[in-house]
Amino acid sequence: MSRPILLKGGRVIDPSQQLDAVRDLLIVDGRVAGASDRPPDGTAVIDCAGLVVAPGLVDLHVHLREPGDEHKETIASGARAAAAGGFTSVCAMPNTRPPIDDPAAVGFVRAEGERAGFARVYPVGAVSVQLAGEEMTEIGELVAAGAIAVSDDGRPVWDSGLLRRTLEYIQTFEIPYFSHSEDLGLSAGGVMNEGPVSTSLGLRGIPAAAEDAAVARDCAIAELTGGHLHILHVSTRGAVRLIRAARERGVRVTAEVTPHHLALTDEAVRGYRTEAKMNPPLRSAADVQAVRDGLVEDVIDCIATDHAPHHYEDKEREFDDAPFGVIGLETALAVCIREMVTSGRMTLPELIDRMSCRPARIAGLAAGTLSEGSAADVMICDPEERWVCEPEKFLSLSRNTPFAGQELLGRVALTLVGGRPVFDRGGRVAAAAAEKS
Amino acid sequence: MSATVTFGKDLTGLEQLSAEQIKTILDVAEPFKEISERPIKKVPVLRGKTIVNLFYEPSTRTRVSFEFAEKRLSADTVNISATGSSVVKGENLVDTARNLEAMRIDMVVMRHGSSGAAQFLADRIPSNVINAGDGQHEHPTQALLDMLTIRDHRERIAGRKVCIVGDILHSRVARSNIYGLLKLGAEVAVCGPRTLIPHGIEDLGVQVFKRIEEAIEWADVLNVLRLQLERMKAGYIPSLREYNRFFGISMARLERAPHDILILHPGPMNRGVEIDSHVADGPHSVILQQVTNGVAVRMAVLYLLAGGQPERAELAKRERGS
Ligand SMILES: [Zn+2]
Repeated sequence: MSRPILLKGGRVIDPSQQLDAVRDLLIVDGRVAGASDRPPDGTAVIDCAGLVVAPGLVDLHVHLREPGDEHKETIASGARAAAAGGFTSVCAMPNTRPPIDDPAAVGFVRAEGERAGFARVYPVGAVSVQLAGEEMTEIGELVAAGAIAVSDDGRPVWDSGLLRRTLEYIQTFEIPYFSHSEDLGLSAGGVMNEGPVSTSLGLRGIPAAAEDAAVARDCAIAELTGGHLHILHVSTRGAVRLIRAARERGVRVTAEVTPHHLALTDEAVRGYRTEAKMNPPLRSAADVQAVRDGLVEDVIDCIATDHAPHHYEDKEREFDDAPFGVIGLETALAVCIREMVTSGRMTLPELIDRMSCRPARIAGLAAGTLSEGSAADVMICDPEERWVCEPEKFLSLSRNTPFAGQELLGRVALTLVGGRPVFDRGGRVAAAAAEKS
Repeated sequence: MSATVTFGKDLTGLEQLSAEQIKTILDVAEPFKEISERPIKKVPVLRGKTIVNLFYEPSTRTRVSFEFAEKRLSADTVNISATGSSVVKGENLVDTARNLEAMRIDMVVMRHGSSGAAQFLADRIPSNVINAGDGQHEHPTQALLDMLTIRDHRERIAGRKVCIVGDILHSRVARSNIYGLLKLGAEVAVCGPRTLIPHGIEDLGVQVFKRIEEAIEWADVLNVLRLQLERMKAGYIPSLREYNRFFGISMARLERAPHDILILHPGPMNRGVEIDSHVADGPHSVILQQVTNGVAVRMAVLYLLAGGQPERAELAKRERGS
């Protein structure tokens, strides 16, 4: 059992309890102690003056590439990068090689996550065997083995009949379906957003309608079935409008947006920058405005990174041939502080709600809170610290970020999982421990 | 001709060039035209320079045109094509670039199937890179020779109405023409089936005609693009026959034009599809002159990127090849 820790004098922000106050937070036996509990002997005291102490961030959408592409990322390296970004829980998508479509594979991801001992790793199981979109996996078995949701992410569940049965079947197990909503007929061959930029670069476009059409269908099937539809990486104005309308009529739909879709437009692709190539693609300024508004107005529930590592060699090539995807775990908090908080669109507690409490609730995770007795998954950051994004310093095995070289604001100092330091930038815990002994 | 106009290392597209730079290339092409008319078609301007023609897509026309331009300027040239060359086969573009760099060549002329490939190469090697067509992005020397041909027949580009007809969506020739013509003050339109007109094209500053009759009524110049036969298989148009009926350039259509129209075509032509033979071989057509001008324009580009002074092009012409 790790030693007790007293986080002293930080600004404790816990939206799950509407808490925002300067106070101490005591952690004993890996759990958050009561406000009146006294620190036992041997407690490591960490000065958190000027820092924010918040529930660890929760990411519903990461690709950890293991098994199959361990040169891009492993479960351990991804979970470590997550910890460095303030994330204490991440949900790993099943589109690995082989995919996570049977209970043994789910068990493998869980066990590797535990063995690594950084952020908690929750497997997302596949909807269809081999992600082929044909035959449903043993979803009940996947959940029993530890899956917290199902998804064929990377691809939509294209057969509407299979999608219907999935949204019905998952209700027994009370898990959400994570939807990569894309109309493949409309997006076919596209490599970036369709619009003036794609026209001038001569790159084939993916129209916003490819997302809108799929979201409309997915919402209709969610309405029919009552299953929990969670829409991944919302990127278009039309999708925001459709989700808003579906929620207003009581459809069980939640949604997420990525930091890059909040921060960047398709102008970032100019110069054929493959580090700005992802799916869904960076969209127009009007779309960026719509997803920001959607997040502020609670149509979009939460922020998720869609952390998608790729080896530099795969990105160092012609735009058409480069793979889709960008990493995000180590920049998400800072990018979102810049785009949403510094810009005055949200308060910091509201942002933490969308990066911790709300995603935890969507996936039914016991996370996103610092209430008494809960596991001490804690993120401590300096929201004022300025730093320059230098990919070569990332803990992720990959470097494919569109934010390289940018000045960012807000940096994680310390991350605890179950009261155990899993990331400690300044060596605060070690220093405090040395002081005591 | 202004002596202050300078050029960068590469020619990846016309989007990055200024009107002055484009005019300079066209002006420098003028004296080079005459070299091709001599019995000994050679000047020593690029003697000792090595040029690699790196063609990832088959294109006899463009490659041969560049090769003539290079040889008439006395450069040493090597052709590498994706078909049948181990240098290119199975090797990625980064490694090819590094290999070229290691061989200390002076210039690379590249044709590649991916948009942005020319820029990609230019960013990675110190040699001059000339884009001979990259995916659906740009084909700058084609647009330059088109503009030179228009200028030959219509004195100036400014104020002329040029309509590009056909598959705009997949055409690098269209994009380069749009950028170049607009910079020189032309009015530009496009016309074709809506499936082959990219969304957002109006944002580039061009107007769109849905019907060829409207385009013919408006235009001074029609630049008729080749219709790739794959477009029919991919479902962009139902049949070539139907394309010819609604968008083909025929004598009957041109006769209804309110004024004399110049017909350009970048070749190779699909006779009876986008253009009827009577038009291609008729009085409106300047298609063969485009081919002749292609060599002169490419000589001008090679000369200028190699550091040649625009005002010395006339003198360079007078030097005799050995
Ligand atoms: Zn996805």
